[in-house]
Amino acid sequence: MKLDARVPEGPIQEKWDTRKFDMKLVNPANKRKHTVIVVGTGLAGGAAAASLSELGYQVKSFCFQDSPRRAHSIAAQGGINAAKNYPNDGDSVYRLFYDTVKGGDFRSRESNVYRLAQVSVNIIDQATAQGVPFAREYGGLLANRSFGGAQVSRTFYARGQTGQQLLLGAYQAMEKEIDKGGITMYPRHEMLDLIVVDGHARGIVTRNMVTGAVEPHLADAVVLASGGYGNVFFLSTNAKGSNCTAIWRAYKRGAAFANPCYTQIHPTCIPESGEHQSKLTLMSESLRNDGRVWVPKAKGDTRKPNEIPENERDYYLERKYPSFGNLSPRDIASRGAKEVCDEGRGVGPGGRGVYLDFADAIKRLGKEKIAERYGNLFEMYERITDENPYEVPMRIYPAVHYTMGGLWVDYNLMSTIPGLHVAGEANFSDHGANRLGASALMQGLSDGYFVIPLTIGDYLATAKPKPLAADHPEVLATVKQVEERTAKLLGIKGKRSPDSFHRELGRLMWEYCGMARSREGLEHALKRIPELRAEFWRDLTVPGTGEELNQSLEKAGRVADFMELAELMCLDALHREESCGGHFRVEHQTPDGEALRNDAEFAYVAAWEWAGEDKAPVLNKEPLEFEYVHLATRSYK
Amino acid sequence: MKLELHVWRQSGADAKGDFATYEANDVSPDMSFLEMLDSVNESLIARGEMPIAFDHDCREGICGSCGMMINGVAHGPQRGTATCQLHMRHFTDGEVVWIEPWRAGAFPVIKDLCVNRGALDRIIQSGGYVSIATGNAQDANSIPIRKQDADNAMDAAACIGCGACVAACPNGSASLFTAAKITHLGLLPQGQPERDRRAARMVAQMDAEGFGHCTLFGECQEACPKEISIDTIARMNYDFIGAAMRSRPEKPVSAEG
Repeated sequence: MKLDARVPEGPIQEKWDTRKFDMKLVNPANKRKHTVIVVGTGLAGGAAAASLSELGYQVKSFCFQDSPRRAHSIAAQGGINAAKNYPNDGDSVYRLFYDTVKGGDFRSRESNVYRLAQVSVNIIDQATAQGVPFAREYGGLLANRSFGGAQVSRTFYARGQTGQQLLLGAYQAMEKEIDKGGITMYPRHEMLDLIVVDGHARGIVTRNMVTGAVEPHLADAVVLASGGYGNVFFLSTNAKGSNCTAIWRAYKRGAAFANPCYTQIHPTCIPESGEHQSKLTLMSESLRNDGRVWVPKAKGDTRKPNEIPENERDYYLERKYPSFGNLSPRDIASRGAKEVCDEGRGVGPGGRGVYLDFADAIKRLGKEKIAERYGNLFEMYERITDENPYEVPMRIYPAVHYTMGGLWVDYNLMSTIPGLHVAGEANFSDHGANRLGASALMQGLSDGYFVIPLTIGDYLATAKPKPLAADHPEVLATVKQVEERTAKLLGIKGKRSPDSFHRELGRLMWEYCGMARSREGLEHALKRIPELRAEFWRDLTVPGTGEELNQSLEKAGRVADFMELAELMCLDALHREESCGGHFRVEHQTPDGEALRNDAEFAYVAAWEWAGEDKAPVLNKEPLEFEYVHLATRSYK
Repeated sequence: MKLELHVWRQSGADAKGDFATYEANDVSPDMSFLEMLDSVNESLIARGEMPIAFDHDCREGICGSCGMMINGVAHGPQRGTATCQLHMRHFTDGEVVWIEPWRAGAFPVIKDLCVNRGALDRIIQSGGYVSIATGNAQDANSIPIRKQDADNAMDAAACIGCGACVAACPNGSASLFTAAKITHLGLLPQGQPERDRRAARMVAQMDAEGFGHCTLFGECQEACPKEISIDTIARMNYDFIGAAMRSRPEKPVSAEG
């Protein structure tokens, strides 16, 4: 497999303009003759579908939820970055680019990140024009805040519901196009395979989740915007339905999967309360601006937090990272929590938690000020835990939150299958090994509003796809394979539910491919996962039939794909003999426990290529060059 | 603790439904309501029975997927809380709990507790947007907006589209849902050019979908997990009447070719 990133020549500031000018165009009258499929209706998919339809393409949009408004982008709380420099604090496109490359621990592609920073400003304009109610100052202009330890205030927000408001903006733009007839919407449809004809992506096979009908949908190009795969861990902050099936099916049809091991573990989530736990809830990172993280100094200290005197507490982030303290980056804060819990100093049920204490902040600023800043978060915390954070310290623990890995794409966001484009969290491109706060919304909308609508045109004008017969042998064969797979899942008739396998897989991944990874642990997981997968195909039970709404069947198909992806993640983590961003290998750390990158050998994108069932995937490398942001070690001490 | 559940089971849209009785054992007060249902479902699967179908996704109270009548109350006993955020500590050992899908003519049952809320999407389709194509926008700070207007718009925009307002309304009206969007966009300068058309078309669509009329019972705002106020309905009526006087009435989406 040859990886050609197709990055335009010239200075980084001019690359996107150069590409826009060099792209072939589709005549306005011809646009309506082309059909484009968009899978997923989150920020990336929703924005792409609406924008493509506005340009005149026929768009078919698919989501598994009952409405396109429910995609999980909706749950993003904090905000969206943009290099507007409204506060006049020295921000610029170049600074946002620089911060993002550095924050990604030098494992992203410079040219893509620069474009992201460039179009960030257009996103804010677009969203505001749609009526997104961003927070404002009394003067009537937009408010900004600093987020995730950034040195400038470049984050725009709509209360703690920025994702919701941006998604509703994209959703409303979609509904406008549905009304006009440009988008045909298919809710409660799940993509189960990709149709590839003569090497080009030409459609998808879906299951209608109400009737069970398995149907092909044909098009001239396909966009996957199906989100991340954090649910491979079972417990994560993702929505219950979030899954890897769309990208995994594409991988098995020839799309390379890049950096699958890069997962982000968010430090401030509400800890598990018991075996029944079905998902984890994030508490905005902004809490660390005023909260102090600590655990008891002594192991197994069961006293109530307020009974533990000051000199018997360990404020370990402040102790280890005096200059950043409680605001250390996500990966560092997460690992710190794991370490103290592994030492037996964790708090709460099962000892998997640390305190986030607001007592000092309340003393300093008053309860009212704290309520104004975090009131809704404190309320949400109390609703879930029944504890009042004004009186008792919050308990937090890290949880899987985002996956930086995804399908490999070139500068035009096209995968290694011509015609198959990938946007948002589903691709790998912009965050390297670690994503900064408030950057996910920016990337989803950048891809959807401003990149995909243009690059799809270039592909169509260049590839000139010919009409495809609905009974083409490849189409029929792909439909048949999906039907057979569904029948197979229903036919096992064993004893264990899809959830019980999913939980077991999740525990395995969390233990061995989570916050700290070792050769020994990964090798153990690589031995255990195929065994678990075999058990799955031997002992799964799915009640009911394929011809009805069957939520167990939906889950079973997703778990089957997670079982395969999990193995690729471990393989990738094992091969990457370095620590970078969200990937921490215990063998590669400095004497004082910090991540140790290996730029000489691993400054590349690992793009894995499917080689067939029971065959080891092939590793392809895209070397990363850092021409503008010079390789340096991150230090937060 | 232990609960006795009476759950509405209906195998398909055209099938006859009925209540089935289940025992929920070992319920922890820290479980969410949906986690309690998960555990009942696991025991049903173990017995080879079909699990109870219910819509859910984010389980953080923001996607609007979940929703059921719990002892006759939309989203259950805790105010301002979606079903997924309701925890079992609000129930007592031995309690009998009746669980039903949203009941409204415009929300046909698909299966068990899942209903079809497509009518809400079609209401948005008929005008719940600003007609601005990607790339047309001017600089975001070129139009200052009074903070109070932006805040009020945000209050209305917080709607998660769950449909609890419809389920709680004795008339099965979608007025709170429709009014929230009309209010959100009507308060902002960006929403002004289409304000009349939006109100006229969205209200017409609401009628065409078979939602009932609003008689200001106020049940909707009690059930709303985002506590959206019925003040928005007054605003909708104001815009609707204004639009009727200023322009010709619009046809609903479903009546157009």
